Amino acid sequence: MATLETNAAASAAHVEEHDHHEELSFIRKYVFSEDHKTIAKQYMFSGIFWAIIGASLSVLFRLQLGFPNASMEWLRPLLGNWIDESGKLDKEFYLAMVTMHGTIMVFFVLTAGLSGTFSNFLIPLQVGARDMASGFLNMLSYWFFFLSSVLMFSSLFIETGPASGGWVIYPPLSALPQAMSGSGLGMTLWLLSMAIFIVSQLLGGINYITTVINLRTRGMSFSKMPLTIWAFLLTAILGLISFPVLLSAALLLIFDRSMGTSFYLSEIYIGGEALPNIGGSPILFQHLFWFLGHPEVYIVLLPALGITSEIIATNSRKPIFGYRAMIASMIGIAFLAFIVWAHHMFVTGMNPFLGSIFMFLTLIIAVPSAVKAFNYITTLWRGNIVFTPAMLFSIGLVSFFISGGLTGIILGNSALDIQLHDTYFVVAHFHLVMGAASAFGFLAGVYHWFPKFFGRMMNKTLGYIHFWFTFVGIYLVFFPMHYIGIAGFPRRYYSFTTYEAFRTFGDLNMFVSIAAIFTFTAQFLFIWNFFYSIFKGKKAPLNPWKSNTLEWTTPLHPGHGNWPGEIPAVYRWAYDYSKPGATDDFIPQNVPYSQTPESNLPHENALIAIEKEIEAQNYNDQFKQPH
Amino acid sequence: MVYIVGLLALVFLILAIMVLTRLTSVLKGANTDETTEENLGASASNRVNGFLFIAFFVLGVVGATWSFLHASQFFLPEASSPHGRHTDSLFWLTMSIITIAFVVTNALLFYFAFKYQYRKNHRATYYPENHKLELIWTVIPAVVMALLVFTGWRAWRDITKEAPANALNIEIVGKQFNWEMRYPGVDNDKLGNYNYKLIDAANSLGIDLEDEQSFDDVTVSSEMHIPVNRPVLLKIRAKDVLHSVFIPHMRVKMDAVPGMPTRFWFIADKTTEQMRNETGNQNFKYEIACTEVCGQGHFSMRTTLVVEDEESYNKWMAEQKPWLTKNPDYLARVPEKLKAKAAKYVPANSAETPSDSTAAPVEEGAGASPSASLR
Repeated sequence: MATLETNAAASAAHVEEHDHHEELSFIRKYVFSEDHKTIAKQYMFSGIFWAIIGASLSVLFRLQLGFPNASMEWLRPLLGNWIDESGKLDKEFYLAMVTMHGTIMVFFVLTAGLSGTFSNFLIPLQVGARDMASGFLNMLSYWFFFLSSVLMFSSLFIETGPASGGWVIYPPLSALPQAMSGSGLGMTLWLLSMAIFIVSQLLGGINYITTVINLRTRGMSFSKMPLTIWAFLLTAILGLISFPVLLSAALLLIFDRSMGTSFYLSEIYIGGEALPNIGGSPILFQHLFWFLGHPEVYIVLLPALGITSEIIATNSRKPIFGYRAMIASMIGIAFLAFIVWAHHMFVTGMNPFLGSIFMFLTLIIAVPSAVKAFNYITTLWRGNIVFTPAMLFSIGLVSFFISGGLTGIILGNSALDIQLHDTYFVVAHFHLVMGAASAFGFLAGVYHWFPKFFGRMMNKTLGYIHFWFTFVGIYLVFFPMHYIGIAGFPRRYYSFTTYEAFRTFGDLNMFVSIAAIFTFTAQFLFIWNFFYSIFKGKKAPLNPWKSNTLEWTTPLHPGHGNWPGEIPAVYRWAYDYSKPGATDDFIPQNVPYSQTPESNLPHENALIAIEKEIEAQNYNDQFKQPH
Repeated sequence: MVYIVGLLALVFLILAIMVLTRLTSVLKGANTDETTEENLGASASNRVNGFLFIAFFVLGVVGATWSFLHASQFFLPEASSPHGRHTDSLFWLTMSIITIAFVVTNALLFYFAFKYQYRKNHRATYYPENHKLELIWTVIPAVVMALLVFTGWRAWRDITKEAPANALNIEIVGKQFNWEMRYPGVDNDKLGNYNYKLIDAANSLGIDLEDEQSFDDVTVSSEMHIPVNRPVLLKIRAKDVLHSVFIPHMRVKMDAVPGMPTRFWFIADKTTEQMRNETGNQNFKYEIACTEVCGQGHFSMRTTLVVEDEESYNKWMAEQKPWLTKNPDYLARVPEKLKAKAAKYVPANSAETPSDSTAAPVEEGAGASPSASLR
């Protein structure tokens, strides 16, 4: 106990001293900040900005798909020459919008926006650390991302248009400026931006991993970590292993584009001349791309699932069902994510034997995913469910995860994929399971941690309306889209009138477009609620959702360093909700078992003995180092 | 179709109205309520949301069923190839399994949300794990997956195995933005070599005339003809960027990759005529589309496919002139020792000229590579 007191005294003294010299200038505090909470907010605002851009693009091309005969002349003030003389959307610009929508949503919103926001914000707060392992790298990570954003954004305004070959940028289309105008400067900017983006992701990822491994507070063993942190950790590991492969793919493409190499090019005759390139393989690019591209799906989805686990447990007032199974299935998913990439390539001419292997591996991934879904449902069972907006979005996420995931069983089957590959069935599938589910993860997270972010509450009623409009709207957009896919409609088509087989479903496409516009419009409820609540929201209580995790033990507006005194120690897992015998229906992680004899399970009474040991452990407090 | 729109719009409208009305009343009533934290969960909004989940589920199932039944008339008709019918039946088998899973899991999700909503002075059940339960729902999906994988794998193996020996080889070449076909001709069943460096304005497929098998090759760019009930092996390649051959009614799809020829074989067992009678649409045509984005004309790379009986196919084939016959100038490319063989495909009047090398087609490509056979 003596050591404990001296430690506490030392730490208090230190904090005082720390406060003393922490007179940061405005720039260091809000712009080039090293505080993980500020960086998280920067990511959040950037993510929301990009989400608006990305969603607006989808509305524009949905207009084209839903109303192919309507004049787009009224968009000329916005799009200029991208509206051609006849008042139609330019065909290449249509592809450019599809491409940029995909790129922006996958990388800038759901990777940087989701992981960047919540990994940065929650990892130190939930594992009990003063900040990230390296605040400086963390700051660099954001500003690299910012630079990459500027480049990508600027490519929207150049005369030849942004990259247009689909977000997967398959060469040779993306390698040859003579193949389409977007493959000129637009593609150069895309590659440059993505290269910088990857640097940012790697800096961020290595920081997340280091922080989780090294800076957990006393007692926060891996088996007591909240599932959010598990999800962020696995996400960061996935990113760290797979993003470099995309970087190499992009570099080789840059070489092919500007240095005359032939990594991806072979036997091409275009623009009236035969190119000298021989021996390259476009399939090589696809392998490299999808080696990132598939883990990327889980990079986008796992944080959302982690956030949901936390929110569903908290608001069901129940422990998450099968905590260990949840971790195991996330590890399983993360591992399998690396060995299923070629299921995107069943009909590329890849060896059919490889196709069989990848089909087996792909369908295995359905098992851990199913376990997760069942565990979420069982967590609700016999709960005492509070429908906060965050909870609604989490339940919506589980529904999307199931609905979109199930069609993956069809697409992962190589024989069935022959017909459905690159049709709207695929579009519907991945928008539900990865797009909508992850977006709901982001929204749920914002609603849930808003009080910690800004010390204020968001308006609940607006949150409810926002949820129902969005939830219904997304189903109305993507459910009928499966029909269009089953009918064989290929994706990335500017119009379907050329084909007799695809001439049907005109009004269904119109319906989907209307639903998309509606869903898009409904997001402004959120935007308004978000910004209004930052300034005018009701002041938040310290622990508004009565949650167990450590972030709710910090002050309302945690300063740099998060806890004013010493960092709390952790004695129990994060899911002691509604424990029989306990006075309240939640017991935070920092409450020792010795204080809750009435609710301890037999094996937990044995853990009282090691509490002293936990308290005596190293603080892992990086602020105690002189800096 | 109007009905789909109507019904779904109605579903959505009802929901929207319900949300709005119930929530505004909640807003009015809950203002005082919400200030005390204890009542957060017990407020009326909790009941509304719980109810809405059930309403959403019921209306959703009705809407989904109805819209599916209505949309199914626009799905592609039964496949016109045996492998297509097989994968279709597997598709609907898988679809029915996942529909059951879809309905059951979503039903439980929404029902539990409704049933176990917050009640004051009530405690949730502390139920952190149950290994038996978890084992059961790990094993069941695993078994179902194993069955699906096995059936799918067998279908895939059959579809991708080597084409039968009697298959008709047809080359289909994608370029921005149309397809070109090459037939092996009437005199032998083999396609000649090609080399992309030989491509020029007339020789758009890069046919290599140093290979005698290419003399009788026929090129077509308007439509593809194939005989019914005979295996057809598509030899697929691309000239510029990636394309993908998609014949929706045959359930055929394979990418066209520059520098890497791909293949897909299938049997069409319904002629265009039969389909016209079956669908009642006298203008019915099989179509070939592109499904790998390839540039601004991607959406319009349409070619029609005519499936006809062996007899009309042979008649059509006989009417086609070999490429060399249409382009006699290229006789100059034929090596001396094969000139005699090639001459029979070249109309008599132009047969003499090629010896004069100035009349030979211009630009020998970047043509330094004499190793024309790249395959």
